[in-house]
Amino acid sequence: MKAPMSRPVHRWPVRITHWVNLFAMTCMFMSGWEIYNASPLFDFRFPPAVTLGGWLGGAIGWHLALMWLLAFNGLCYLLWSLCSGHLRHDLLPLRLDALRRDIGLALTLRLQHRHGKYNAIQKLMYLGVVALGLLLVLSGLAIWKPVQLSWLVALFGGFDTARYVHFFAMAAVGLFVIIHLLMVIVVPRTLWAMLAGGKREG
Amino acid sequence: MKDKKPSPRAPTLEPDQKKQLVNLQRRLLLRSGLTLGGVAMLTGCNLQDGDRVDKVLWAMSRWNDRVQAWLFNGQRLAQTYRPDQITHPFPFNAYYPEYNVPEVDLSGYQLEVSGKVAKTAPWTLEQLQRLPQQSQITRLICIEGWSAIGQWGGVPLRVFLQHVGADLNARYVGFKCADRYYSSIDMATALHPQTILALDFAGKALPAEYGYPLRLRVPTKLGFKNAKHIAAIFVSDTNPGGYWEDQGYNWFSGI
Repeated sequence: MKAPMSRPVHRWPVRITHWVNLFAMTCMFMSGWEIYNASPLFDFRFPPAVTLGGWLGGAIGWHLALMWLLAFNGLCYLLWSLCSGHLRHDLLPLRLDALRRDIGLALTLRLQHRHGKYNAIQKLMYLGVVALGLLLVLSGLAIWKPVQLSWLVALFGGFDTARYVHFFAMAAVGLFVIIHLLMVIVVPRTLWAMLAGGKREG
Repeated sequence: MKDKKPSPRAPTLEPDQKKQLVNLQRRLLLRSGLTLGGVAMLTGCNLQDGDRVDKVLWAMSRWNDRVQAWLFNGQRLAQTYRPDQITHPFPFNAYYPEYNVPEVDLSGYQLEVSGKVAKTAPWTLEQLQRLPQQSQITRLICIEGWSAIGQWGGVPLRVFLQHVGADLNARYVGFKCADRYYSSIDMATALHPQTILALDFAGKALPAEYGYPLRLRVPTKLGFKNAKHIAAIFVSDTNPGGYWEDQGYNWFSGI
């Protein structure tokens, strides 16, 4: 393996899956909101301007077509992360004491961004969003195939609960995206790194 | 911020190369910006305009049909429920408002049978009622996301198909309805033990709003595949499509 310093901040599999993920997730969010609007769980609807598909049939067409891209892309990322050591070296280990220290630093605005090395909060966020993605896939499968995958529905505590889980997992990923974008605005060079690879700092 | 240490390994770039690199980065940024812009442009693609994106979406829907047919287990039963779990009131749902529910004239009602069957004689309600009956309390799941539990009774479709001498190796069973609705299902689903031609709802003859006098009740499909006011059944090897299916709802729509 090459010395870590010679590696770019983000290797090309991370960059490609990241941007494919952006496209797939945007489509999944927008078509999902249109599907939600057909039978809302709460007392609000998403404005048509942020939905995709135009009508329920179109939205479901998008949602069930793009789910393959999202799942394939996610699988590529996970397999690569496991095999390349990305998961082991960059995202793990996540230690409680380090997390406590970094949260303290963040709250007092002293937490620094080190290009190419994740702090404990970043590790928590990225591992957390991967877990949320898995939860979205599982709850989505439960809603899509409640008879064939009845064991999965039972795991979520019923069809209706699985719908709520799918919704809240979506909302949590949405919150992640907002924080993620705010961080990119605060540290803009991370955007360049995700585009071109970036150079590691000590 | 840490001081930048010049990395010994970093290659020094010629001014021209540096410019190229900057241009490349700018192009990539532009392209990623266009990703979101592109999605905004896609919002018009809705499976109904026949443009290039719509064709891809239709092709993916056919792919999903195949995956679902592969996933479908003809023996796995949908969950059944206790009488106290039944949804009251059971929601009305159709492609028209409730005041347009058709009034089917019972005296002239006949169920027509055609296609790949041995006996094409039409059936009266009385004849259907004399066939073996089955009752079940299952959940109807609407494509919109809501669901409701109800009790349906009637003739298992498998029994009916055997009585009319249907070719059980044919691919599709189609339904034409008194309210001009039409739909179709795959043969594997038609033969599923819980797929019934329902004659009654909650122990009584089907009310008009739930599909009087005969409807399909198939707990392994989404609600819109449960055709109401059935007037004709046919067996075919050509996909008959359906009212919603032809507009873009996924044809298989198994659950």
